[in-house]
Parts: sequence; C-alpha cells; structure tokens
Amino acid sequence: MGDVRLMKGNEVIAEAAIRCGCDGYFGYPITPQSEVLETLAIRRPWEETGMVVLQAESETASINMLYGAASTGKKVMTSSSSPGISLMAEGISYLAGAELPCLIVNVQRGGPGLGTIQPSQADYFQTCKGGGHGDYKLIVLAPASVQEMYDFVELGFELAFKYKNPAIILSDGVIGQMMEKVELGEYKPRWTAEQIQEISGSWACLGKAGRERHISTSLELDPYGMEKNNLRFQAKYREMEAKEVRYEMFDCEDAEYILVAFGSSARICQKTVEIARSKGLKVGLLRPITLFPFPTPIIRELAGTVKGFLSVEMNAGQMVEDVRLAVNGKVPVEHFGRYGGVIHTPEEVFDALKQKLIGE
Amino acid sequence: MTEEIIIAGFGGQGVLSMGKILAYSGIMQNKEVSWFPSYGPEMRGGTANVTVILSDTRISSPVLHHYDTAIILNQQSLDKFEKSVKPGGILLYDPNGIVHEPARKDIKIYKIEGTRLAAESGNPKTFNMIVLGAYLKLKPVIELDSIEKGLKKSLPERHHKSIPGNIEAIRVGQENVESILVL
Amino acid sequence: MDVKDIIKPENLVYQKSHVLTDNVMHYCPGCSHGVIHKLVAEVIEELNIQDKTIGVSPVGCSVLAYNYIDIDWIEAAHGRAPAIATGVVRVNPDKYVFTYQGDGDLASIGAGEILHACNRGENIVVIFVNNAIYGMTGGQMAPTTLVGQKTATTPYGRDVNLNGYPMKITELIAQLPGTSYVTRQSVQTPAAVRKCKKAILKAFENVGNKKGTSFVEVVSTCNSGWKVDAVEANCWMEKNMFPYYPLGDMKDSEKESPESFK
Repeated sequence: MGDVRLMKGNEVIAEAAIRCGCDGYFGYPITPQSEVLETLAIRRPWEETGMVVLQAESETASINMLYGAASTGKKVMTSSSSPGISLMAEGISYLAGAELPCLIVNVQRGGPGLGTIQPSQADYFQTCKGGGHGDYKLIVLAPASVQEMYDFVELGFELAFKYKNPAIILSDGVIGQMMEKVELGEYKPRWTAEQIQEISGSWACLGKAGRERHISTSLELDPYGMEKNNLRFQAKYREMEAKEVRYEMFDCEDAEYILVAFGSSARICQKTVEIARSKGLKVGLLRPITLFPFPTPIIRELAGTVKGFLSVEMNAGQMVEDVRLAVNGKVPVEHFGRYGGVIHTPEEVFDALKQKLIGE
Repeated sequence: MTEEIIIAGFGGQGVLSMGKILAYSGIMQNKEVSWFPSYGPEMRGGTANVTVILSDTRISSPVLHHYDTAIILNQQSLDKFEKSVKPGGILLYDPNGIVHEPARKDIKIYKIEGTRLAAESGNPKTFNMIVLGAYLKLKPVIELDSIEKGLKKSLPERHHKSIPGNIEAIRVGQENVESILVL
Repeated sequence: MDVKDIIKPENLVYQKSHVLTDNVMHYCPGCSHGVIHKLVAEVIEELNIQDKTIGVSPVGCSVLAYNYIDIDWIEAAHGRAPAIATGVVRVNPDKYVFTYQGDGDLASIGAGEILHACNRGENIVVIFVNNAIYGMTGGQMAPTTLVGQKTATTPYGRDVNLNGYPMKITELIAQLPGTSYVTRQSVQTPAAVRKCKKAILKAFENVGNKKGTSFVEVVSTCNSGWKVDAVEANCWMEKNMFPYYPLGDMKDSEKESPESFK
C-alpha cells in the first residue's frame, strides 16, 4: 500500500491538486469547503511544486481568475459551496462557451438562498441542467468517498483537457467534512512549458510568437457563427455521452427494485440495500458516478427487468427526472429525499421503498 | 466486525480528536474507518459530536442514527443520544455535570469519571484519552500498540513527547471504568 | 514631383505599427479608442513584447479590441478583466498582461475586481478609458457621468439625489499600496497623445520591472453618446471633464517611496 492517511474530503481535494501537478487554485472561503483553501495555505505548494494558491475577493473573482489562467493552457481549479457556485455561474457559462479546461469543486450545502451549511444535493439541476446561461454542459463527477474526492481531481483534469470543457466535482458536506482512509498517489510534476505547448499550443494564450493571434472568447456576434459554435459544443457533449459514462452497481443482478443515488446518498442507500437484503427483499443500488453524462443506457436496460426505481436524493426530486427520462414509462420511478440540509437515514429510505414501490 | 460509535460532548472536550485517534488507530490495524463530525456554528463552544465507524468490510453509510456504542460527555448529549444506542449496545458516560442519569434498561451502561481523574492527574488535557481508555476496556477493538502508532501518525512531531502521557491516560481509563447496568 | 517618387523608404516619417491589424475599426469617427489602441500597439512594438503580451478586453465598445491589436487576447465577462488578468499573470509571471476597460466595466460592475487587483499589486497594466458614458449600450449613465450630464438614463441630467456623484475611481486606486504608477491622461491633441504614450510606455516598462499595478486613465470622448460632433466633444471634455478629472500623475513610485502609501 502507498501513502495511506486519514483525511477529510476537503483536505484531500487540496492534496490531490498538489500531487496531480495542478498549476493554480483560486478560491474564496465558504462553509463547508473552506478546508480546501486552508489546507493549501498550510501546505504552501508554491514552495514545493510551484503551484499558485490565491484567496480571491469573491467567488466571482475566483472563477474569472480561473478563466484567465485556464486561457493560458494551465491546469487550474477552484472550489466553493452552493451559494458561491451560484455567484460563479456567469463565469462557468463563459468557460464552457470559450471551451476552456478547468476543474470546479462544489461541496454542496442546503438552500435555497443562504440556506444552511449542512449537506445537501439540491444543486443537481444547477450543475447538470445549466446554472449559467446558454446551452452548455459540464462534465460532472459525483464522489461517494474521500478516496474518490482524491481520484476525481486527476480524472476531472484529464476529462477537462480531453474535451476542452470545464469539469465539476459535485460533492456535499458529508463527503467534504468526513474523514476516511485515503491512499495518496505519487507526485506528478506540473506540465513544462513544452508540454503545455504540445497539449494546448493550438489555442492557449501564451503570447503571439510566429503564429496567428489566439483569442480566448465566448463572443460570436454573428448568429450563424454562434450556431456553428453551439453545434460543435453539442457534438462534444454527444461524444461524452458515448464514451464517458461511469457508474457503479451493487446487488443489481437479481434485483427487483433499484435505488438510484449519487454521492453521500448512495452510501446511505448501500446500507438500505443491506437492510433490505437481510429481510429477503431483492433490492439493488445503481450509483451514477458521472451525472453528466448520465448513465441513461444502463438504466434503460435495467428498466426491462426490474419492477421499479427509487431515486434517492438529498433534495426535492431532481435526478429523478433523468431516471424517468431513461426509464421512459416502462416501470414506476419514484423519488425519496430529505430537503434543506437534512440527511435521510437508511431506514427512512427502506420505508419509502416499501411504501412507494413494493406496496406495503 | 463493524463497530458504530457516536462520541458527543462539549466543544473543547476533545470529542473530535478522540474520534480521530480511534479512526487513525483503526487504519493501523488495517480496518476500514470513517469519521463524520457535526460541523458549523455548534462547533464553537456548543455541543460537538462525531460518528466513528470501524469495520473489517467496506463501510456503507458514514452517517448513522443508531449506534453500537455511545460515548457521552455532557447532559445535552445524553438527552440527545441515549435513545440512539442499539438494544444491547453500550452507553459510556462521564458523570460530571450529569443531573438526569441514563434510564434505559435494554443497554449496558458504564461510567468513567474522566473529568475528575484528569484533574487529579494534573493534566486536564488527557481527559479524552482517559475516556478512550475506558471505551477500549469495554470494546477492545483496537490494540494499545495501534493507538500509539495512530497518535504518532496523526500528531505533529512537536507533540510526540506527549504520547507516553496519553498512553498512560488510556491505562488510567481502562482501570477506572465502572459498570452501572449489566444486562 | 510625382507621388510615387515621394513614397520611398528614405522619406518615411510615420507608419502604422505592425502590432495593429489591418481590420477596419468599428469605433465611431471621433472616438478616442482608436488613438489609445494605436498607442498600446506602438508601445508593445517598441518594447518588442508582442510575443509575451496578453491583453484582456472588456465588455463595452472595446469588447472587440482583439480584432485590432495583434496579440493574444482573452475576452472578459463584464467587469471581470482584472480578475482574469490576475489569473493569467499569477500562473505566467513572465508575461506582460494588461486590461483595457471602459468606465462602466471598470468603475461600475467591475469596481470590486479592479480595487482588489490593484490592492494586491498584481503585476499588470490597466488602461482605463473614461468617457463618462456607456457607449456600446447606447449612451446610458456611467459611474463617471458628470453631475447634470444628460444620458439615456439621466434624460434630465445626472441628479446627485437620485444617482450619487461621479466616481473618481482613479483617485481611489492611487491610495492602494499595490499600485506603483497611477496617472490620468487624454488624447485630444498631438501633445496630449505624446504624453499619453509616454505614460503607457512607462506602465508597460513597470510590468517588466515587476513593480506591481500601473494604472493609466485616459479621459476620452464619446461624441455619439454625448450627441455632439467630434470637435465639439473635445471642447466639452476640456471644459467639463478636465476640471472634475484633472490630468497628471497621481502616484509614481519612481519618485516616491511606496512605503509612504502604506
């Protein structure tokens, strides 16, 4: 085993950034994710790897610092929690429109408004269906463990650069605040100027030397030109749907009922599956790891064999819409969740399953 | 083996760090562990609690509402978590400041006079280690050797000189735990 | 003498900077942007930094500045250029990074970003074009619109009871220890143009010398927005804007110790 530690999800985001060769982090404090910036400040990566860390004056500024740094082909990231992500929405739309690779982390808390600082999953719509203006998609990764918080930083960057698109880790207060065993990877050096040239030299703004000027922009005043841009974006999103869907299944082989849950809710549902199985009920769990692209094909396939789905989310029913689209009326799809920062219990989920689907 | 624990008391009693040492020591014994704290305003001077799970298999939910063991360090936490102990489970508490004693008859109840013992030892900071010792006496899920290793890994080097004192406090706790209700 | 006998290299007294593209500018005749663009391009050419300069264009009339100055550009969201420049320069400290912003972009929606970037002393140049009006959106009130000045959203003149006072943001910026050079210039006469170019040159040189933020305000005209002709616009600016926005250096760390600002 490599370097095994007991760490908080938020701390691990910082550690993963340093170790995967991130060039810069720009962020603003907000509970429950402030440990990301705090850990970076303690670690002083600028002395170790040369990674830049800057506390911005607002989330609006952080996302735009990200836009600037990402425009130069560097590996850069930010993190925040729900209200801060709302402030960033403008910048995220611009990043997607300018096709800039970068990584954003949302450690969700309960809303709307200032809401609560307790864990929530109510930003599913904001993250997967828009948030900012215009037709754009983010690559959305939903970690369910501290180890995945670590792993998804590198994966997020990899996918962001592969598709020239912002990637987002959609976490929540549970995963951000809890400590688990995590195996840290080897240090990977930051990209050299030559590597950046090779990877992003065709578009990055690094100074016009012996070539046409590069312009990092989302602006195209000609609507036909802008439609062409949109067609390119859509083709990219379709390619993601074809190639990048990730999910995990527990006890689905013989399942009659399937819980669909992501992130911390999926952890709770695993316990529900244990409870149900101990009572002889054939219940399985499907955990989407990518929320965009959503694991539509496997849900469609399972819809042919099971009696129903229960989408379990810490919100009033958001992902359930995507589950229903995938199932397309073949079998019942219900939602269960607690709102506003309350975490549902495995027993509550089990009761909801019985009431809403099994019919007891 | 899976052991699901809640540790609850006032902020400043070392609730979170006790849980952290337990979890880190679990890793030293190759166990799966999770540590989920209450966070937010209640951290600052109010009540604090942390859920610790130690297991030989992959841990499903890190958030629980029923526990094998509750380690209770003030009245508010006793009021809140007494009912959350699984039937047949353990409730371990420090009687300091407790005015309403635990009343359940279907769980094992123990007390450890951690506050008094720590004060008498002249090092009140070892309070949480005394309580941890009492817990380990009741549930020897973690070996003392792993605790020492866990402390070494979780404490900054400048605090390593305090490790022998902490281990001694654990012994004090192990020797002084009293049984209140045996099933 | 025939014209073709005159057009010879040895007779050349002036030529367009090669850092300017051949694109026809979309600015209104009489607008100050064209002159300021030219000065920025000339400075980049003279310092030989075309290959390491990155411009950040704003939202406003100069949103398309990237069509005219032949360098790498990043197009910012409204007001966010200083944050973008911060991101660029923090991970590329060897580059010459500048923002080019109007009064609405810099002093209204982007007031937070500009104050904080200057306060951190980001090693960048800020070109601030102040024409006391929103040009692109059709002549609405800007934070720098003068008291009594008529605009599309102050049709009876700016009323301080309703809209507050014209913002002297450059004076505010000069108070911040992170800035090394803060000046207010104009481009309405050849002499003013020459002075303004010196200021822009100094600002870019400061970046090379890692001096922190250099801030050049250019008091400018918007004859379309002001609804006057180009010549009258210059007269109006001299008569009304200069008294409120007086020209000259407000701070120069070459002359004064930056400590005196702390």
